[in-house]
Amino acid sequence: MLIFEHSRPGRRNYSQSPAAAEIVGIPQNLMRKVPPLLPEVSEMDAVRHYTRLSQKNFSIDTQFYPLGSCTMKYNPRACNSLAMLPQFLARHPRAPESTGQGFLACMYELQEILKDVTGMAGVCLTPMAGAQGELIGIAMIRAYHESRGDSARTEIIVPDAAHGTNPATAVMCGYKVVEIATDKEGDVDMEALKAAVGPQTAGLMLTNPSTLGVFEKNVAEMSKLVHEAGGLLYYDGANLNAILGKVKPGDMGFDVIHINLHKTFSTPHGGGGPGSAPVGVAPRLLPFMPVPVVGSDNGMYRWLTEKDIPQTIGRLSAHMGNAGVLLRAYVYVRLLGAEGMHRVAEFAALNANYLMAEMSKAGFEIAYPTRRASHEFIVTLKELKEKTGITAMNVAKRLLDKGYHAPTIYFPLLVPECMLIEPAETESRETLDAFVAAMKEIMEEAHNQPELVKNAPHTTPVRRLDDVKAARELDLTWKQV
Amino acid sequence: MPFIPHTQEDVQTMLASIGANSIDNLFDEIPPALKSGGLKGVPPGLSEMEISRLMLERAETDGRYLNFIGAGAYEHHIPAAVWQIATRGEFYSSYTPYQAEASQGTLQLLYEYQTIMASLTGMDVSNASMYDGASALAEAALMAVRSHKSSRRILIPSTVHPVYRSVVRAIVRNQGIDVVELPYCKASGQTLAEALDEFGKEEFAALVIPQPNFFGVLEEVDTLTDWAHSKNALAIGVVNPMALAILTPPGEWGEKGADVAVGEGQPLGIPLSSGGPYFGFMACKQALVRQMPGRIIGRTTDQDGRSGFVLTLQAREQHIRRSKATSNICTNQGLMVTAATIYLALMGPEGLRRTAAQSHANTLSLLEKLETLKGVKRLFNGSLFHEIVVSLPAPAGEIMHALESRGILGGLDLEGYYPELGHAMLVCATETKTSEDLDKYAGQLRGVLENS
Ligand SMILES: Cc1ncc(COP(=O)(O)O)c(C=O)c1O
Repeated sequence: MLIFEHSRPGRRNYSQSPAAAEIVGIPQNLMRKVPPLLPEVSEMDAVRHYTRLSQKNFSIDTQFYPLGSCTMKYNPRACNSLAMLPQFLARHPRAPESTGQGFLACMYELQEILKDVTGMAGVCLTPMAGAQGELIGIAMIRAYHESRGDSARTEIIVPDAAHGTNPATAVMCGYKVVEIATDKEGDVDMEALKAAVGPQTAGLMLTNPSTLGVFEKNVAEMSKLVHEAGGLLYYDGANLNAILGKVKPGDMGFDVIHINLHKTFSTPHGGGGPGSAPVGVAPRLLPFMPVPVVGSDNGMYRWLTEKDIPQTIGRLSAHMGNAGVLLRAYVYVRLLGAEGMHRVAEFAALNANYLMAEMSKAGFEIAYPTRRASHEFIVTLKELKEKTGITAMNVAKRLLDKGYHAPTIYFPLLVPECMLIEPAETESRETLDAFVAAMKEIMEEAHNQPELVKNAPHTTPVRRLDDVKAARELDLTWKQV
Repeated sequence: MPFIPHTQEDVQTMLASIGANSIDNLFDEIPPALKSGGLKGVPPGLSEMEISRLMLERAETDGRYLNFIGAGAYEHHIPAAVWQIATRGEFYSSYTPYQAEASQGTLQLLYEYQTIMASLTGMDVSNASMYDGASALAEAALMAVRSHKSSRRILIPSTVHPVYRSVVRAIVRNQGIDVVELPYCKASGQTLAEALDEFGKEEFAALVIPQPNFFGVLEEVDTLTDWAHSKNALAIGVVNPMALAILTPPGEWGEKGADVAVGEGQPLGIPLSSGGPYFGFMACKQALVRQMPGRIIGRTTDQDGRSGFVLTLQAREQHIRRSKATSNICTNQGLMVTAATIYLALMGPEGLRRTAAQSHANTLSLLEKLETLKGVKRLFNGSLFHEIVVSLPAPAGEIMHALESRGILGGLDLEGYYPELGHAMLVCATETKTSEDLDKYAGQLRGVLENS
């Protein structure tokens, strides 16, 4: 039932609204005639309705959620409650800096910690998600070339395994996208890269470890190639979790990076955000950093603005981005400390390589069997599909019946019937073993009871939903009948 | 080891299964020359007790003030149930609803959200959120350019929030899109039709129409919308959703209604929290739905004919269309929309209307009290919602500073943004302010002015 179907005309929450005040001086043509369609329900109705809805979700707090590329790890509760202290919540974004020294201290220290972790010269905290970090990063690359009068650079190179936000971002920054292939081992095809690089190259966007779950071994050579041609290197930090404290993007030769705090730094993904994706820059891009950035003058923290960074690419949010998410990340990094950060990568790698080994022993085909898994790896169900007609989608849906969120499926697009599996470091061995057992069961079902798998899921609040109908007969809002 | 469950025995068993000697071995594909020397800038880990102490101390350093600043972020009462439910693990710790059958809670909630936002703005459809109001406006500008055949220019009144204008410029700049600013009327604080006449012969993809505008003043939205349509440009409303409880929704402006409505969703149950996370909203006419960026939820049926919800029209999005997508946006502000939907359900139409009306009344009442002070007066005569520009007898920055030491954040100093206004501030008194609060403000301001 929808909240609107619980609605009764005239039902109200008296404790949630002020006395009726008069509206003065607003001309009639500017006044609303018909009230908006908001439900009229009691407080308890609303609480029950949304509590029940929540129970229809899978989540990290309730299920194993090995969604590749998304780093679904435990979101410590302390991060939430400490970011929601009343003074932090009440602080107005335009309140003077003198009234926010406690908050700004956290932001400044987070900036400094992220600089160290990424090996970059400067960090700006404001981007509100990975894709916005990318937009800012590529805009800085563009500003850099323009500042040198280098206007012939019109292309951004993107590997075919890259996330969709990479090519979409390059286009939003006015660039043409040149896609390059992947070799058999899962690395960027160096010959293709050599052929693509030239005086028209503005930059290369690279995810390392890549979305194929492997570390790009040739990254130093790639960096040399692109830099020699006058291009810059962008690092998509979605997979930083796999190398946290082990390798710094700055040491790999990247000029500008983003990191998804809602992945590596464990801020919640909230059913689709908010994210937060600080960008880090090498020295030559410092003059173009977006604003505001937190600065410190003799122990007093303040916002650096257009005045401090006159060549800035500008502002990308109305205030300073997702402050509350940044506070959660700050608490998380302080809880981990330097040692804890090293362990994130170590145990993410241990879990991924163990799960890959166990899956392989259980008979699943690993897409890049000769490689180490980074913090994720790919299983391809191509053979299963050929033999039984069961697809990666079917297996994903059947996993839901067994109480597991499905891995990422059909991404990256170049591996057929792929499942990108990422067990984050916070999962125990028992959970991984149970997942392998569930996958084995599904494999047996696929051969013995294929209809059971094809028609999955069976135990979720709804069964397989009709996507085609949803797009054809668009129903995007509820209408009173 | 924080948040890592492995025992020594687990580690040994797992390494044996992998066939590796040590955890270090697992990183053997990384060229040794790239390996980092360590993390010297990261302090040692703290226990939860220690970090709690630190954060409490920092929060206390910041203290709490009686706040009269608005300027795009508004202090409203938030029912306790909103965040208690929004931070339930099932909402808080789930990902984007890619597996629809395992995400019906989030998906149904978003469908309810889309329904409410479409109705609140008077539009046909809404997406499931953008990052914030400023970036939503930039995306609306891009949408207008995509749907317009020949123009790559956008007209923006200078009564639009100055930072929104900066954000729009920063986001559209690299696509060869021009942003042209319109002057405002010094007397009313509105964008006048005369200002538009100057552009009578030129082509534009869109006209942006703020309601209320940055000065808190209500624009003549009907005239502006009709002007845009007469020029074959889209009308983009940038609106405060709280104001729409009492003001004409963009979908009903002028003859045909605005085409797109965007804005900052923060007033709907989101704490001020130093500026974020908030959420941007975007709603539009049906004809433009395929140009819309961001996630959209649709209702459909399952195998057994039961009603259910899915992400739909994904062929607009980056994960399908890559370089041809309508936007690069992927992660949006889901949890904020979760909170906003619960907020809207708890307030209902009457609760929202009263909150808006009381905020309007409090601001007028504050103005009356402030205007009894010498040298303090309202700057614009246009009608207003819940914010107002007031001119002061001394530099606003100095007065704000003096008020701060008296526990009051008096408003936003406008001198940096609109130097032509002289000593001026933008003030807002929402429903959270009592008449004692308003008296206190007026009393303290009097004290400050007398001492200066
Ligand atoms: C590899 C990769 N790059 C970029 C992104 C985009 O990040 P966001 O969703 O935060 O915009 C993602 C996440 O979805 C990703 O997995």
